[in-house]
Amino acid sequence: MAYKRQIDRLPIPPADAKVHNVTCHYCIVGCGYKAYTWPRNKQGTTTENAFGIDLGEQQPADGTWIAPSMYNMVQQDGQDVHLAVVPDHDCVVNSGLASIRGARMAENRPSRVTGTQQQRLSDPLVWRNGVWQPTTWNDALDLVARVTARIVTEGSEDDLVVSMFDHGGSAGGYENTWGTGKLYFDSMKIKNCRIHNRPAYNSEVHSSRDMGVDELNYSYSDYEITDTIVMVGANPLETQTNAFLNHMVPGMLNGARFIMVDPRRSVTVNACEEVAGTENVLHLAIKPGTDMALFNTLLTYIVDQGWTDDAFIANSTFQGGEAVGEGSGQPAGLGSLDFAMQDIRTALSEGAEICGVAEADIVKAAEWIAKPKDDGSRRKCVTGYEKGIIWGNDNYRTIGAVVNLSLATGNIGREGTGCCRMGGHQEGYYRPSDAHVGRPATYVDQLLIRGGGKIHHVWACDHYKTTLNAAQFKRVHKRRSDMVKDAMDAAAGGSREQLVDAIVSAVNAGGLFVVDVDIIHSQIGQNAHVVLPACEANEMNLTSMNGERRLRLSERYMDPFGNSKPDCLIAAGVAQHMESVLREMGNDAYADQFKGYDWSSEEDAFMDGYNQGNPEVTYDRLRAMGNNGVQEPVTGFENGALIGTPRLYTDGVFTRHGREDGKALFLAAGWRGWQAPGKAQEEANHEFWINNVRANIFWQNQFLDQDNDFVQDRFPYPFIEMNGDDMARLGISTGDLIEISNGNGATQGMAYPTDTAKPGQVAMVFGSPAGSQGNVVNPGVNELVLPDYKHTWGNIRKLADAPPQAKAISFKSKEYTA
Amino acid sequence: MRCKKMVNVGRRQFLRGSAVAGVGAAATMMTGVQAHAATPGAQVDYPSTKLGNISDLTVNEPVDIEFPDADSPGVLLKMGEAVEGGAGPDSDIVAFSVLCPHKGWYMSYNSEDRTLNCPGHYSRFDAEAGGQQVWGHATQNLPQFTLRIDDKGDIYAEGASDLIFGRPSNVL
Repeated sequence: MAYKRQIDRLPIPPADAKVHNVTCHYCIVGCGYKAYTWPRNKQGTTTENAFGIDLGEQQPADGTWIAPSMYNMVQQDGQDVHLAVVPDHDCVVNSGLASIRGARMAENRPSRVTGTQQQRLSDPLVWRNGVWQPTTWNDALDLVARVTARIVTEGSEDDLVVSMFDHGGSAGGYENTWGTGKLYFDSMKIKNCRIHNRPAYNSEVHSSRDMGVDELNYSYSDYEITDTIVMVGANPLETQTNAFLNHMVPGMLNGARFIMVDPRRSVTVNACEEVAGTENVLHLAIKPGTDMALFNTLLTYIVDQGWTDDAFIANSTFQGGEAVGEGSGQPAGLGSLDFAMQDIRTALSEGAEICGVAEADIVKAAEWIAKPKDDGSRRKCVTGYEKGIIWGNDNYRTIGAVVNLSLATGNIGREGTGCCRMGGHQEGYYRPSDAHVGRPATYVDQLLIRGGGKIHHVWACDHYKTTLNAAQFKRVHKRRSDMVKDAMDAAAGGSREQLVDAIVSAVNAGGLFVVDVDIIHSQIGQNAHVVLPACEANEMNLTSMNGERRLRLSERYMDPFGNSKPDCLIAAGVAQHMESVLREMGNDAYADQFKGYDWSSEEDAFMDGYNQGNPEVTYDRLRAMGNNGVQEPVTGFENGALIGTPRLYTDGVFTRHGREDGKALFLAAGWRGWQAPGKAQEEANHEFWINNVRANIFWQNQFLDQDNDFVQDRFPYPFIEMNGDDMARLGISTGDLIEISNGNGATQGMAYPTDTAKPGQVAMVFGSPAGSQGNVVNPGVNELVLPDYKHTWGNIRKLADAPPQAKAISFKSKEYTA
Repeated sequence: MRCKKMVNVGRRQFLRGSAVAGVGAAATMMTGVQAHAATPGAQVDYPSTKLGNISDLTVNEPVDIEFPDADSPGVLLKMGEAVEGGAGPDSDIVAFSVLCPHKGWYMSYNSEDRTLNCPGHYSRFDAEAGGQQVWGHATQNLPQFTLRIDDKGDIYAEGASDLIFGRPSNVL
């Protein structure tokens, strides 16, 4: 049954409603919204209202409208207030457009009045006598600090394993990465740590940075004035929706051609064909994992045709052969173009064979990217890439191959160009140095599986849904944390000291003490002994930058739910309790390392962190910059406005690698097949390639969407797109529940017949709470511990007929057809 | 590629005129004896609007309708087999708003796979599944009109399942 809201009228915001700047806290694009709040007992009229328009009239297409999902009733300063979060027409990022994620920000707020998001954590929880008991912050933090202090002083800080987000938006941002970063990288030097979506503490784009190229170097406006857009392993209509609709679509309407590199036909390809015409869209549906061979072939062809930008290469790239040799932290050599070409050179016929695409299509792509126009001028090209290669085969070398092509054709640092990751969350990273972590960093999941670590602090990560080799990880994590729960249960009735002794004994015997900081009680949180409730953007002030480095302050418009707090203040609380416990233990020197957290607000954390490195930037100045903010790096403050940088490297000087010569480096590497251990064998032994994909309707692992009726009604089970012939052969009907299995584990979902799915290739949505694709992903990573989630093979069988919920939904094609 | 925006100037002028008249009527009331406001319904009061007769419908041929007023275009469909929310003897007659609940673009009906498709941003809705969004940017399914069919086969719309794009109340 299609979900019906049965809402036919909404309150109208009055003319004097409070207005707050909001940057959408979901994806990297960071669309601008305005949040209107007003007292429960007030309302506007059709003629007198906050929008200043006549709401008694039908509004035209693209006009201002509060959808029911944009409305809620929340607490502000302890009072119930109406809330409407509406897309901002004046924000240059989205120009009034709203995505299916951002337009649900209001209804995804916790409200005791409307009953939304009652899954949100309101109070700290401590495992007591078989249940999680709500308790005070002091009680919970005291237990965390006493256990942590005992373990790191009796053993070492290496016994503390930390999983922590590194992103902006959501509950991340400069405030919260600083709070957690100061705790673990300054007060302590934790090296056994990992990031929310991968099993180590590392960059997803090491090679781009090593080449001197920051991965976010353009402005979204570059899409509007380019000649060719190249997308590699990205699906921007779904995952960077308004970067596509508000910037790439105008680019295509201005004449840009579009090249998509993706084994799967996505709705992005469909939309591009609608906008630009099929003759201006080239979908290179390569064999999975062969992106690097494609880009090496393209570069070889372009070099041989003489279509490189020789002046740019001479002025802005390294000229002296090898600059950096291949090594343990360096999966490929770096140097001049000539040096790199020795490894890169790939003949057209060889590239076509490896990638499974026609030679003519590779030539066409090369022409669209680099063949000079009839008047001799160079074509401009913007390249975007994301998880298809970031979580793909041979991460370091493949991303390097993509950046190589942009450098060789002079397509970085100029208007209408760029070579950027598309991004997932927004960015918001400001932490003390992580140099002590090392490179390659510890493979933390394997450390935990081997029995390493005694305490696990988890900050807004749910590895149950979003790690690789998840089946084994979950088994071990649960077994080890259950040992501690059993010990705590056995210590019932004892003193705090006896409880800490029992926990320490259990972890010394192989157990794991788990502290989970999150906004909901997550799946990995079921293993936690202490759960600490965090709040999100707009329940606190939060700063982040988007995919074009646009920094905004997203303002607090409501209270944190219950007694939840910003992560930075939770980190401060942990530090303060550590200090007092260590002092009590007589360890004053160590206790002193935990000073400096005297923050009463998130703004204090911002001033202690980001502002120290960027003294021009303050909350007041960002507030004044509104939803258009300022593009980083901020270079000054003049006439009441922050001065930013619309595009990096406009001077042709490349700096991300830290080299004094300012020259970009080419990456020297050739195709070597499946890089990660076990992939080739898994492919040979299973029938289906299990692609790991996203859908616009879900935000990440559905942590809020799992409690959103509109979303769960559409996809009550994780979809698995599958070719009809494959389904028929296996006796699978539309909506049937099916299982994917291999030697790593098994997962489950719902068959979604898809005409465009190739035989032998299925696409399963990532991160679902009802079926983790990570269960079947093997532990293989690259040299720098980047996971290859994308390349997994398994066999498929039917589990059950389509359940009633699945029978009731639409299984029609997702592609627009006029 | 992109179709014209739906609401034309003429219709807007017409509505503006009626809104002014409404304000005038309210002002008149204020000067009279003290009035007790009627208790408003939990649902807005929709006009009962005749959309056509069963005999006029052909399976899978869309009929343009307007409900609850001339500024809210919709579509009336006979699907040929029972569908979610279907009215009539065969439970197969449905009606939906055709303003996309994402940004209010006017959608077209694809009779081949029986979906409503938005040319603005490529959202699509399933006419056979209660207007469920198959794929798109809207945060609700398509407003489906509540239908009543009388003994003569006349089809009336008398309600809607969701808020129609571009208005704070389905009945302005």
